[in-house]
Amino acid sequence: MALLTVETLTLATADTVLVEDLSFTIAPGERFGLIGESGSGKSLTSLAVTGLLPRAITPSGRIVLDGTEVIGASERALGALRGRAVATVFQEPLTALDPLMPLGRQIAGPVRRRLKRTGEASAAAVTAEVRKLTDQVRLPDPERLLGAYPHEVSGGQRQRVAIAMALACRPKLLIADEPTTALDVTTQAEIVTLLLDLVRDEGIALLFISHDLGVVGQVAERVMVMRNGRAVESGPAGQVLTAPRDDYTRSLVAAARRFDDALEGRP
Amino acid sequence: MSAVTRSRPRSNPVHWLGYGLVGIVVLFGVVSFFWTPYALSDMAGGRLEPPSAAHWAGTDRLGRDLFTQLMIGARIALVVGCGAVLIGGVIGIVTGVLAAFATRVADDALAAVFDILIAFPTLLIAMLVVAAREEASLGTAILALGIGLSPIVGRITRILTKRVLSKDYITAARVSGTGWGSIVFWHVLPNIAPFLGVNLALQFGLAVMAEASLSYLGLGAPPPNASWGRMLQEAQGTVYTAPWGALLPGLALFALVIGINLLADGLRDRFDPQRRDG
Amino acid sequence: MTLLSVENLGFAYGRDRPVLDDISFTVPQGANVGLVGESGSGKSTLLRLLLGLESPQKGRILFDGAPLQARDRRYMHAYRRRVQAVFQDPYSSLNPAHRVQRIVTEPLRSLKIPGDHRQMAEEAITSVGLDPDTLTRYPHQFSGGQRQRIAIARAIVARPELLLADEAVSALDLSTRVRIVDLFGEIAQKMTMVFVSHDMGVVAALCDRIVVLDRGRIVEAGETAAILRAPQHAYTRSLLSSIPRMPAGQPQDPS
Repeated sequence: MALLTVETLTLATADTVLVEDLSFTIAPGERFGLIGESGSGKSLTSLAVTGLLPRAITPSGRIVLDGTEVIGASERALGALRGRAVATVFQEPLTALDPLMPLGRQIAGPVRRRLKRTGEASAAAVTAEVRKLTDQVRLPDPERLLGAYPHEVSGGQRQRVAIAMALACRPKLLIADEPTTALDVTTQAEIVTLLLDLVRDEGIALLFISHDLGVVGQVAERVMVMRNGRAVESGPAGQVLTAPRDDYTRSLVAAARRFDDALEGRP
Repeated sequence: MSAVTRSRPRSNPVHWLGYGLVGIVVLFGVVSFFWTPYALSDMAGGRLEPPSAAHWAGTDRLGRDLFTQLMIGARIALVVGCGAVLIGGVIGIVTGVLAAFATRVADDALAAVFDILIAFPTLLIAMLVVAAREEASLGTAILALGIGLSPIVGRITRILTKRVLSKDYITAARVSGTGWGSIVFWHVLPNIAPFLGVNLALQFGLAVMAEASLSYLGLGAPPPNASWGRMLQEAQGTVYTAPWGALLPGLALFALVIGINLLADGLRDRFDPQRRDG
Repeated sequence: MTLLSVENLGFAYGRDRPVLDDISFTVPQGANVGLVGESGSGKSTLLRLLLGLESPQKGRILFDGAPLQARDRRYMHAYRRRVQAVFQDPYSSLNPAHRVQRIVTEPLRSLKIPGDHRQMAEEAITSVGLDPDTLTRYPHQFSGGQRQRIAIARAIVARPELLLADEAVSALDLSTRVRIVDLFGEIAQKMTMVFVSHDMGVVAALCDRIVVLDRGRIVEAGETAAILRAPQHAYTRSLLSSIPRMPAGQPQDPS
């Protein structure tokens, strides 16, 4: 049974089709990569999965996430779904975090909501859970950072906090939308390793969205390449990234290899 | 990330209402220079006559034609609005741009001056200017309202200019050897103009309202100038017996200010989306 | 022959910790030097100093043997004829209110360069791979890659000797980035170039010398090939090893 099934998904505004006839599935615990350049519709697809599309965009087709139909679901049902089945980490944690709230309290929010559902949301239990999460995301110097505000810490630390918040509701699917694009390359490597370890350890499925073929290659088992709202190629990551069949994928792979080759000193 | 194609701004019927209302007032104002049904001070009818074929808007206490006064009032409202916006615009834009370019200390000082002046009611500033000139006249009212508006224009100009100055095309212009004067003229002003234009249109509406208030208080254009505010003041004693005398200038004022606001909205829709950069 | 030489440069904003500390390197005539660093390395500040937009508090910059005088108007006028720049964000670096013709010819007008500006603009715009018809349109009618080509046309229209590029391909999509890197490669054949970037892959593909910056200091500098083969500094090594590579196993021999 697939955790996420997307069937013939089409997203359109009144006068433009943004995503057309998109189908894919993600199995529990699977790491799926969505590759695309700007305007490919990859981020809109992730918003559709969580039911967070802007009002002006109308979805059609089917999205089934953890047994729940997403398209046409009530806001209430979607809220419950986002609480237990899916969480998202965005590109720029500075805009995803509340600038006026200390980081510790931001992590405590989703933790408290989950514990309330199971009926043991005491202050001590919340604090213990927050500490567990900060350990999991390897947040250094948690004493100090949990009391700090988002603008006071580095981009990498903010992304760790955002990941901790995403994990707080114990999702079955983690969506990471360009989670490392705003980060320095050395920080990016750390965050990618962290994400990989977490989804492996917790058995969480990962929908990893990126324009960076190298990063997707490190993260995903299966990939789909999108262009102008359509899927042009999909398959095992090793196959698509080493022996692409579609012309567009081939040009992307060639471009990425060009810079890789330069780093190896091959002209 | 998305491939949203920018939809063309559609012409909104509400905006056409704005262009229409302003157009009618402008038409009456312009025609009043060449033709009015009667002379302004001509006591052509009986006292407080209701609207009729001879007097389309009735007459006032002295038997003067109210439609004539409304037409002259439209002219005065437009002259005051344009004059005040011109004076306030020039002072405001110059100081606003200077503040945006000034050193940190001077900029903070100018920003504080704008805020303090804005906290002063425009009407109070206008009354002070009238008092200083020791005579109420149309020119005094225009000058007073212009000065009153200038800090509002100055503040918004400063903010808009700072936003433009942070763009890479300003750095690119400097690297291209363009001097600061040309940068203001070619890069800053064209890019703040759409936003500033909308703001100035709104200020126009406020100036017309403020002039009516000044006239109502007897601080505006002296008689026999028939400002709408003065008409309101003169009609207030007879508002029960001859309501049209107060109603019509009130409606005219309302129509012009609403029209200006809708027009400003229309301008914003027209210039904003196309020029949006990023 | 050395075209640009930076000597013991130091710079700080206000009383903050110095952004640049004791920076020294040289750019030979005709070379293509990459300045590499992550955020906070001071690379963008260094570029602002090289452009004369800020003045260093310590050290000096020698251009063609003479010190750069950022506060001397006449000197800067002459300097800008010889040194031009391309910036990171093509959505911010072109004035949206102007037609492309006006944008591309701005250096010609501002620097009072004689000649037929229209024709010079056409030459510049065709040399960056765009249609001359581009000149009559507005920036918002173009994609990011095309906009960056327009920005490059503006930078080369006055035929400078030194082109400075600040993260000039970082905001572009991968397939566009490759093409713009190729364009920079062509341009580097004709003039000296300093290419600032956080992307080691791009710099490796484009530049023949690399200067690595970390927190305001130069940690390593040298020939690109030598640094890629045997990075000497720990920071350079971690920078290189952090870059995600494409999975190996591409069939080397398709037969």
